[in-house]
Amino acid sequence: MPAPSRPREDVLSKLTPVVTKRWLSPGAWKLDVYEQLDGYKALRKALRHEPSELVAFMKESGHRGRGGAGFPVGMKWQFVPDDGNEHYLVVNADEGEPGTCKDLPLMMNDPHSVIEGVAIASYAIKADRAFVYVRGEAVHAARRLRQAVREAEEVGYLGKDILGSGFNLEVVIHSGAGAYICGEETALLDSLEGLRGQPRLRPPFPATHGLYQKPSCINNVGTIAAVPHIVLGGAEWWKSLGSENAAGTMIYSVSGRVKHPGQYECALGTTLSELIELAGGMEDGHELRYFTPGGSSTPLLTDEHKDVPLDFDNVSKAGSILGTTAIMVFSDQDCPVLACWRWMKFYQHESCGKCTPCREGNYWMVRVYERILSGNGAEKDLKLLEDACGNLLGRAFCGLGDGAASSVTSSLKFFRQDYLDYIEGNKRPLFDAEKIGAH
Amino acid sequence: MSYPEKIHQQAEAVIARYPEGRSRSALLPLLHLVQSHDGYVSEEGIAFCAEILDITKAQVMAVSTFYTMYKREPTGDWLVSVCTNTLCHAKGGQRVYDALSEELDVGHDETTVDGTITLEHAECLAACDYAPVVTVNYEFFDDMDETAALDLVRQLKEGKRPIPSRGAPLCTLREMSVQLAGFEDERQAALEGNAQGEATLAGNRLAAEAGITAPQFDPDTPLVETEEAK
Repeated sequence: MPAPSRPREDVLSKLTPVVTKRWLSPGAWKLDVYEQLDGYKALRKALRHEPSELVAFMKESGHRGRGGAGFPVGMKWQFVPDDGNEHYLVVNADEGEPGTCKDLPLMMNDPHSVIEGVAIASYAIKADRAFVYVRGEAVHAARRLRQAVREAEEVGYLGKDILGSGFNLEVVIHSGAGAYICGEETALLDSLEGLRGQPRLRPPFPATHGLYQKPSCINNVGTIAAVPHIVLGGAEWWKSLGSENAAGTMIYSVSGRVKHPGQYECALGTTLSELIELAGGMEDGHELRYFTPGGSSTPLLTDEHKDVPLDFDNVSKAGSILGTTAIMVFSDQDCPVLACWRWMKFYQHESCGKCTPCREGNYWMVRVYERILSGNGAEKDLKLLEDACGNLLGRAFCGLGDGAASSVTSSLKFFRQDYLDYIEGNKRPLFDAEKIGAH
Repeated sequence: MSYPEKIHQQAEAVIARYPEGRSRSALLPLLHLVQSHDGYVSEEGIAFCAEILDITKAQVMAVSTFYTMYKREPTGDWLVSVCTNTLCHAKGGQRVYDALSEELDVGHDETTVDGTITLEHAECLAACDYAPVVTVNYEFFDDMDETAALDLVRQLKEGKRPIPSRGAPLCTLREMSVQLAGFEDERQAALEGNAQGEATLAGNRLAAEAGITAPQFDPDTPLVETEEAK
């Protein structure tokens, strides 16, 4: 059923611009404009309270992490021990999950909201140093964050004795160097310490043994940028924006086979049907077939799931993960076997090599995919893929392995016939077997 | 060491950003810094980082070979990256890559004979709403197709600097590496560089046209219930 070109009123009403609203204001990335748009009011308000009050407030707000895992933010802040020793806030701005494209526009267009959020969060966990680890390739985002830090330092929102509160904070914008794994929080810590970005064994957890083995809180950049809004609006207001068990708004990044791909900030719990309608409907000649609810590391869902409210709990019930709400929309013209092959090549490339299931599993699965796609596959290859995923899911050192298995197992569940079509010769091979050296 | 005094001064400034006794945190920015001088991570660059941080060359190499943005061979002024991950692939990214590969007569991670352009296929560049996407020195050229991408590299070959869809006016990869080492871009025009396109603002514009705003709030809403309110 083609969606109408203009979304219906009840669908439009899902739009809830909060974190993205300044993007429309020219120059909002500069301090003077940001200040006119409520900028740094939340920091002033926060500094009038005790850090422990802010932690309690954040718990009350129901705010959950926007980086994929959805962990309650207030609880994470509370885990940092109040021991008077050195503490760190580390912001994960290493956006790289395939499909995810919301943090870059946020940092480029509203960098001060990140810096203000950093100041509030650091005050709450009593950290006097914060690091923002920005994906290396995100050069324009880093550029604007660096100028935001300088501007904030010049007027005393960062530095010594911030706004006369006695609170000191130094913020460093640290560019990465191209490694997806550094989005994993402990790999990020190792990378920030000047090592290869490989995940650490837990426990101990970063809350007690984080950066330099000191108590650290690691928050996603989107999580942090929402903090000033929540502090200004209050816990009840933030809760009123979302759905039950899912407070606040979420930036849904809709890409793929829709007429108008883009960033749609909506109440948590908006459905795929509604998002497609907001995005102008499916591209002409394309029928929805499958989608990722939260990037390539979340199990695929199909057109049958288009009315599932996309929030933490409902997506889990449907068998996937909300992840980063990176909604990649694929149609009847997008072969799911090909899609998974490309994702597997990605995981193979990005596996850090620390643990065997991930390093070997992804490498060999790429080869099995290439065998199938070149017309040389056998039915037992599907069992082989399932077997490899069984050895990966829950057995890898970190979530990268779980993520890699997600698309493979879910595509085998929903689209087995697509695999069999290559194996049984119903579909033309995608590559020349000799060219890729299929085994 | 044959590095100029400026590089030494910049290296000291990089190290000073990190807590005392934690100088190793400076390694990633320092590797970007040596690339700003040499155009890649050279033997000399590795020795420079090792000496200044008082770690071994093997430790530096273990790190420099881990990350994609550290180049092991001399790299052109213009690093052209084409996303060929699933979403961009579906929207034509592979065709863009193939067209550029043929035009430039180079493969992945290879540099043109004249040494000016390096081509690579990249994993997701966090711009899926503008797929397929190409970057030059990490600045975005959105919604590409073969024709637009060929036009882009032909301009680069002619010594022109095409304007990115999102990002700053182009600077060379060496100049960009100074910024990656954590130094501010001193060009005001760079900061002013466009940061948004249709897709960035799609939801916002739709809401504005329909007159939809988020529920208002009172910025003085108390964070904690006062004794009185209880």
